[in-house]
Amino acid sequence: MRKIISFILLVIVALGIGLSLRKIPFAVPKTKVGTYYIDKGIDQTGAVNIVTSIVLNYRGFDTLGEVTVLFIAALGVGVVLATIEKKTKREIMPSSLVLSTGCKFFFPLILLLGTYVFLHGHLTPGGGFQGGAIIASGFLLIYLGCPGKRINERGLKATESLAGLIFVIIGFLGLAIGGYFLLNFLPKGIPNTLLSAGIIPIIYIVIGFKVGAELAGIIDGLMEKS
Amino acid sequence: MIFVFFLTVLMLVSAIAASVFKDLINAVIAMALVSLVAAILFYFLQAPDVAMAEASIGVALVTAIFVIAIRRTKREE
Repeated sequence: MRKIISFILLVIVALGIGLSLRKIPFAVPKTKVGTYYIDKGIDQTGAVNIVTSIVLNYRGFDTLGEVTVLFIAALGVGVVLATIEKKTKREIMPSSLVLSTGCKFFFPLILLLGTYVFLHGHLTPGGGFQGGAIIASGFLLIYLGCPGKRINERGLKATESLAGLIFVIIGFLGLAIGGYFLLNFLPKGIPNTLLSAGIIPIIYIVIGFKVGAELAGIIDGLMEKS
Repeated sequence: MIFVFFLTVLMLVSAIAASVFKDLINAVIAMALVSLVAAILFYFLQAPDVAMAEASIGVALVTAIFVIAIRRTKREE
């Protein structure tokens, strides 16, 4: 009986969602703000990648909130893990030569890829969040492949805090110079070159360091306590 | 077009498999497959920024965190 009732409820919910979604046209530009960004984005911000120009210029304050959310999530993981007592030393099996050499060979390449992704955030797809996640996955590789190697926790915390501080300071510099928080006060430069788009590359470098340090810190805490 | 259809079916099948499997490691691997196919589909939908985020976070980091959590708890559901 309960199964029949839940099945009927499921059918009703599915019908409701389907009928309401049918009214929405798919992939048709409806908002004027979207076409505005596409037409004027490059002229106004200097960033060729329009996604980046929206994320860091038109909606830069939201990005600051996003970074704060990630910081609070990492803090929550740290608080939960701090209550767990450290497990007794388990027998760590040494990894084989092929595995450890492969890890040491690939780790700098992954770091290089992550750095490229967040340095070129205003030119090519990608940016601080993606680059930071790639860097954190490099640290994950080291933790899995070379047991015994560890990241300096104080260094991680210092990097993270310093990066967040620089983000806020750049925002306040814009407030002091032009009257808006996170104003793009540096010269825009020529589009499609590395040194263009004003403060956007600087903020993306900062976000890359911050996200990489936060995610690597989460992995560090989890691997230590399990 | 056929390829995108195949990917969509693969994503649905692995999503159902992730909820059906009794062994949680298998379920996590199926979930990583969902993320991987989602990343490829994002690329086809001309959203490479989202595809990169999905590939690095959804496939690598989330899978690793789930495996670490399962190692500390029970493996069977």
